[in-house]
Amino acid sequence: MKITAETVSHVARLARLAMPPEDLRQLAPQLSDILEYAEQLQQVQLDGVEPTSHPFQEVNVLRDDVVRPSLPRDLALANAPEAEAGQVRVPAVLEGGGGA
Amino acid sequence: MSGKTVKEILTSIRQGETKSRDWVQQSLSAIEQIDGELKSFLLVDPEAALQTADRIDSGQASEGALLRGVPYALKDNIVTKGVRTTAASRILENYIPPYSATSAQKLEAAGGVMVGKTNMDEFAMGSSTETSAFQKTANPYGQEYVPGGSSGGSAAAVAAGLVPFALGSDTGGSIRQPAAFCGCFGLKPTYGRVSRYGLIAFASSLDQIGPFTRTAEDAAIVLNAICGHDPMDSTSARGQGEIDFAEGIDAGVKGMRIGIVRNLPEEGLDPAIKAAVEQAIRTLEQAGAQVVEVELPHMEYAVATYYLIAPAEASSNLARFDGVRYGRRAEASGVIDMFERSRSEGFGMEVKRRIIIGTYALSSGYYDAYYKRAQQMRTLIRQDYDRAFAHCDVILMPTTPTTAFKFGEKADNPLQMYLNDIYTIPANLAGLPGASVPCGFAGGLPIGLQILAKPFDEKSILRVAHAYEQLRSFAWQRPVLGVAE
Repeated sequence: MKITAETVSHVARLARLAMPPEDLRQLAPQLSDILEYAEQLQQVQLDGVEPTSHPFQEVNVLRDDVVRPSLPRDLALANAPEAEAGQVRVPAVLEGGGGA
Repeated sequence: MSGKTVKEILTSIRQGETKSRDWVQQSLSAIEQIDGELKSFLLVDPEAALQTADRIDSGQASEGALLRGVPYALKDNIVTKGVRTTAASRILENYIPPYSATSAQKLEAAGGVMVGKTNMDEFAMGSSTETSAFQKTANPYGQEYVPGGSSGGSAAAVAAGLVPFALGSDTGGSIRQPAAFCGCFGLKPTYGRVSRYGLIAFASSLDQIGPFTRTAEDAAIVLNAICGHDPMDSTSARGQGEIDFAEGIDAGVKGMRIGIVRNLPEEGLDPAIKAAVEQAIRTLEQAGAQVVEVELPHMEYAVATYYLIAPAEASSNLARFDGVRYGRRAEASGVIDMFERSRSEGFGMEVKRRIIIGTYALSSGYYDAYYKRAQQMRTLIRQDYDRAFAHCDVILMPTTPTTAFKFGEKADNPLQMYLNDIYTIPANLAGLPGASVPCGFAGGLPIGLQILAKPFDEKSILRVAHAYEQLRSFAWQRPVLGVAE
């Protein structure tokens, strides 16, 4: 599988990464190598094999739906780059929203 | 190896010969003296450590506290309340966690004294600690060599004698490989043995916290303190009960069945490592262990499987770093722009590479060809081990195909770097416990013998490792960067 700089750019955008052209040029052949190496999994007969997503196939773990202490608001906001009125502040979400 | 063991320190403190302050002061002096060159620590807080030591010395920790007064270090992806935790990434450069990881809380409750946080590959992605955004940690056995990774700082700090133990995390070998490269003992417990609450996630179905120590017995002592089910981690194992990992550690290997792998992939395996591991196996055989051959037919696919599953999980886990609630936020005009710039400025190249591989493997049209096939292969690899352990108690093989490599040697070729993990990755895919114990030197650099066991049978690993530590007879070399005896 040959990965082009365009493909890397597309996937990077899906992952919310903005990559400069020089990084894309460096990454494309490296990703090609890695995916080419991974192609060996295509050579093996795997039909009907159950996939493993967890080493011990845990079932869902539930707890009682009761209120219990959680992180106080001031601590939860202490690492926020911008906070205001007990909330996290972010740049405008909608274009032309002005950002108040 | 340099410095005292956890057991020696505990005995001395319990008998009233020394105080915690003495050992913490000694650890801080060693860091002061050696870490300028070794660079294993990202943060050291002498004042806080000495205060904790004084509290313990004045009777705060109970007589029976499992680690009363013993200094230690934590890999910097284990969050510590009020103490900066970065995962060696720019994106978390100024992050002060509002809570502590369960493993950190347990060490504190056991009377241990944290002296600092250790360097690592950024978000634990790497095999050399070179991807740290902040500094390069040297190998105590040669400054031009990497300490391994991703827990390179913890391994180097223990091997150099700066602390008697440290915690690391192992997703594809990140405890065992640096232990092998630096010449100390490293244990990756069974998946679920130790709570992952507060471990900054890399690949959640593979990550596991474990100790670096000088001896197997010390690892048992530390594991006693950190293991157990945790309601805050739904993947931590229930019903672990009260286990003493040190109990029976000196029972010897007589009658134990040691599995060696027929047709072990040996491409790139250093002949000196092969010879040292064979010698170790002969030593155990002469002590009464029975050697049996086992087959792991899908082992050759482990690296390909891992380098699809781990990045896929990472791409999802690292989506949380968006500049909103914590971490670096870039100046931007809109929110999408803010996400992209914050992540692009905050993550290093290896992290971006893995996020992109993972996103690709999970993307529509490729999911079945890559991610799903990798999960199916994971099943076959797990079954290989189930079958093999029907015939043996432990499996022995090299921890790594080579000894420590030089800085920059593999940094430009990610695939070559990944292939170095061939022997350590399968244990993570299968959830097995595994350890690396020093078994010789080649060209002045340490060699690691890997010991694997069935899920939740760390005791067999520790028993074999302890027996081997008493029997091994190679000439132990002293690190160039390390404390004097």
